[in-house]
Amino acid sequence: MSLIKINNSRCKSCYLCVNTCPKGLIKKSNKTNRLGDYLVEFEDKNNECLGCAMCAKRCPDMAIEVYKG
Amino acid sequence: MQQVFSIPKCMKKDFRYTFCPGCDHGVAVRLVAELIDEMNLQEKAICSTCVGCSVFLYNFLDIDCVEAPHGRACASATGVKRAQPDKFVFTYQGDGDFASIGLAESMHAALRGEKFSAICINNTTYGMTGGQMGPTSLMGQKTTTSPNGRNADYYGYPIKIAEHIAQCDGTAYSARVALDTIPHINQAKKALQKAFEVQQQGLGFGFVEILSSCPTNWKMSPEEAHQRVREEMIPVFPLGVFKDVTAEGGNK
Repeated sequence: MSLIKINNSRCKSCYLCVNTCPKGLIKKSNKTNRLGDYLVEFEDKNNECLGCAMCAKRCPDMAIEVYKG
Repeated sequence: MQQVFSIPKCMKKDFRYTFCPGCDHGVAVRLVAELIDEMNLQEKAICSTCVGCSVFLYNFLDIDCVEAPHGRACASATGVKRAQPDKFVFTYQGDGDFASIGLAESMHAALRGEKFSAICINNTTYGMTGGQMGPTSLMGQKTTTSPNGRNADYYGYPIKIAEHIAQCDGTAYSARVALDTIPHINQAKKALQKAFEVQQQGLGFGFVEILSSCPTNWKMSPEEAHQRVREEMIPVFPLGVFKDVTAEGGNK
């Protein structure tokens, strides 16, 4: 089982990770950070995350940490 | 559970990028930081930056930096490297900085075979000052100083930096990479590593041109900007290694 952690204070809402995830586990969220940016959220109900780190490599703001189990 | 991706150790604590959302500068800085970590260069790295979005590098990396006048990063880096040959010296510049304002300094550093690495971020525009036409702006590209699109009669043609640097005899490595897809990001890291290695081996000038997007000044979403890199920029600026003295045959 793998998971990612998204640092909301770094996220700038470019949504590049949303289209990059091969499993489509990252979605746009209704929550905002202190700058008013609409954030993204990671939802993995079926333990599909592979820990491939493509989202983290794509993220221009280093807002994603990847843990592989 | 093991952490497989984290922020490089040589980044400053509690930094937050001041780049626009979706800007590829963030990825380029991360690749440089990862290589500094992997090659254990933090203690002896000195960076030379100029003016433009690229200058913010010294706000994010915990290494020594020299702030050069606009376009003169290669000239400053020459001085630093000649004074302290055991240090690891690199420049981090934009295309307007490297190939327009500082073309003489950059080209002559390559011709002299200065033993440092140069990184040029090519986003076909002057990003920091509001999207003016740069030396690499594509034909037909609308910018604030070419509102009807770049045409050859009035503005001339875009410069292909990596090919020009490869033709200089002092150059040890010259390559062009992009950051629009994950495989291209991986290739970019390998090219940067090679440019850093030729410096450490004392072979000559190492140069990497990175095709990057500028969603703000192109007036596109980050995803559309990457599509433009793929469909419009890469056909004009082909990716590849144009010179590598370490390869079989001595040149590519």
